[in-house]
Amino acid sequence: METNLLWQGAQAVVALGVLGSLLGALLGAAARRLSVPEDNRAEAVAELLPGSNCAQCGFAGCKQAATAMVEGRAAPTSCPPGGVTTAQRIAQTLGLTLDLADAQAAMPQVAWVDEARCIGCTRCIRKCTADAIVGAAKQMHTVLPEACHACELCATECPTQAIAMKPVLPTLDTWHWPKPAPALTPAAR
Amino acid sequence: MSLFLVRGGVKLSYRKELTSESAIVRMPPPKRVLIPLQQHVGSPAEPVVQVGDRVGKGQLIGKPGRGISAAVHASTSGTVVAIEERTAPHPSGLTQLTVVIESDGEDRWAELPRPVTGVFPLPTTPKDISERVAAAGVVGLGGAAFPSAVKLDMRQRHELDTLVINGAECEPYVTCDDRLMREAAEEIIDGVRIMAYALAVEKIIVAIERNKPRAMAAMREAAKVDSDIRVQGVPTRFPMGSAQHLLLAVTGRETPADQRTAVVGAIVHNVATARAVSRAIRHGEPLVSRVVTVSGLGIREPANVEVPLGTPLEDLLAFCGGLHPVPSLLIGGGPMMGTTMPSLQAPVVKGTSGVLALTAAEINDGPEAPCIRCGSCVTACPCGLVPVEMAQLVKRGKLDEAKGIGLQDCIGCGSCSFICPSHIPLAHYFGFAKGKLSALDRDARRQDRIRALIQARTARVEREAEIKKAAAAARKAAKANAAAAAKTAVPSP
Repeated sequence: METNLLWQGAQAVVALGVLGSLLGALLGAAARRLSVPEDNRAEAVAELLPGSNCAQCGFAGCKQAATAMVEGRAAPTSCPPGGVTTAQRIAQTLGLTLDLADAQAAMPQVAWVDEARCIGCTRCIRKCTADAIVGAAKQMHTVLPEACHACELCATECPTQAIAMKPVLPTLDTWHWPKPAPALTPAAR
Repeated sequence: MSLFLVRGGVKLSYRKELTSESAIVRMPPPKRVLIPLQQHVGSPAEPVVQVGDRVGKGQLIGKPGRGISAAVHASTSGTVVAIEERTAPHPSGLTQLTVVIESDGEDRWAELPRPVTGVFPLPTTPKDISERVAAAGVVGLGGAAFPSAVKLDMRQRHELDTLVINGAECEPYVTCDDRLMREAAEEIIDGVRIMAYALAVEKIIVAIERNKPRAMAAMREAAKVDSDIRVQGVPTRFPMGSAQHLLLAVTGRETPADQRTAVVGAIVHNVATARAVSRAIRHGEPLVSRVVTVSGLGIREPANVEVPLGTPLEDLLAFCGGLHPVPSLLIGGGPMMGTTMPSLQAPVVKGTSGVLALTAAEINDGPEAPCIRCGSCVTACPCGLVPVEMAQLVKRGKLDEAKGIGLQDCIGCGSCSFICPSHIPLAHYFGFAKGKLSALDRDARRQDRIRALIQARTARVEREAEIKKAAAAARKAAKANAAAAAKTAVPSP
């Protein structure tokens, strides 16, 4: 009587165990087979953006802008500090085409400190996302142009409005011939 | 030895007779010389004089900058009156840092390094030669202005066996090398032997286009002193003077894309550079003047002039009788590869081989018409490219695709633009595309650098916040501990 009970118990355990592992394997296979690939393009795009969360694009930060670009709510060219390079890389990631020859966008800019107005409060230094401003308390601050990407956070922070954005002008090293003007059509001539 | 065929190229009307029979005249120093601190490929020189300093002719005024650079010297004696931004001899019309020297009219030499005398092999080391050439500020005088000392040091990185001396002078109008070879053949050959000694090569070929028989005869005569030197005539065809094409013509060696001729064992130097090297070694004279062809129908008295570097174009043109009739184009260099000059105040620099004032009659210009698919540009391209297709891609903004079919191999010789019956500015498209691509490349590097900075800062700020939090927690714990300890301590009455 007692052995019978034991035997029946063992049977149940084995049956349930087999059933469980079979169903488990089935579920596992189904999960793998029917899985929907995760859309991680937003992360890839966020990786391409500068990451300074300057909000010039109109979104709260770079991650939100990346999501909007993936969803088509924002153009790949909507990041002014990122410039042509970033727009081009995003377009490539999202499979869009950009005309490089005409990709003038906004002229690249850098921040510039008006030394006559700077009071040395260091607020811009704390705000600068790229460590592009140097200076100390009660000392003149200045911008390292090669590290500045014109996120403009310093300009809005400055209590004396001593920071302005200046365009990066071409030099002998960076100048290149402009694109030839298109030929006039016979009709226009 | 037979010549190897160079593909492509164009036959030009040379118009060299305007100046080819006029001997080199020496121009006296002008009232003011404007000496830019960057007249060469590489980084600009750094000024070592101050406003108010008195300088002698040949005195160092700019020491070489970082990396590839070249020294700059005063081209006459006088006083430094300014170190400021002045219009550069560049089509953009942008300015560059320039040392302005007011001449005292004495043209007095500064103290020069002691010359190396003696016969070959020279009583000095190859390293000493290249150091002296660097100190003399010698750069390639064919037009590219690449620092010559860097080229003389190439043997440290490449196995070299040949030195080719470029006397092709394939640009129309320009005859400065032709005259120099006729008038200073001994000095050129001496410079050639010095360079061959510095490079430790034994095969020396002086290549001269066949339209300069007198120059060739003079060089053959002078070259008799050294049996290693062979003077070789090459076909008159543009762009024979391109280093890679000249090397292919005289040795059959083809330089790989994106590489220098040194990788195939040869160094190419211009004849005027050879002469400058000779002056630097034998007389200790730095590069303070160069021969410039002033020509074109817009010049009253076309001539070959030995000009102090930094002479403003207006002074040089006045020396040649002035402009008459009024030209429609003022070009620095040759008509094929030279560029328009932005102003008459721009100075003559180390790379200025010619100053041409061209009248409307001399310019083959017309409104751009549609491409008729004649294929002339494909035949003319000396680099084996397909200009018509590349220009179409550039026009439509597909710069990467243009790069994929060889845009970067274009040497910008302008043969395609010259030959095009529809006046399509092909070379201009390629110049634009190459410039745009390098601008994009620069921007990409800049963006990457800045993003790395931002990431580093974000990480640092997070780390700092964590440390602060941990410190606050520790303080709190310590306080709690202290309170607990105070509670358990026996309250004394």
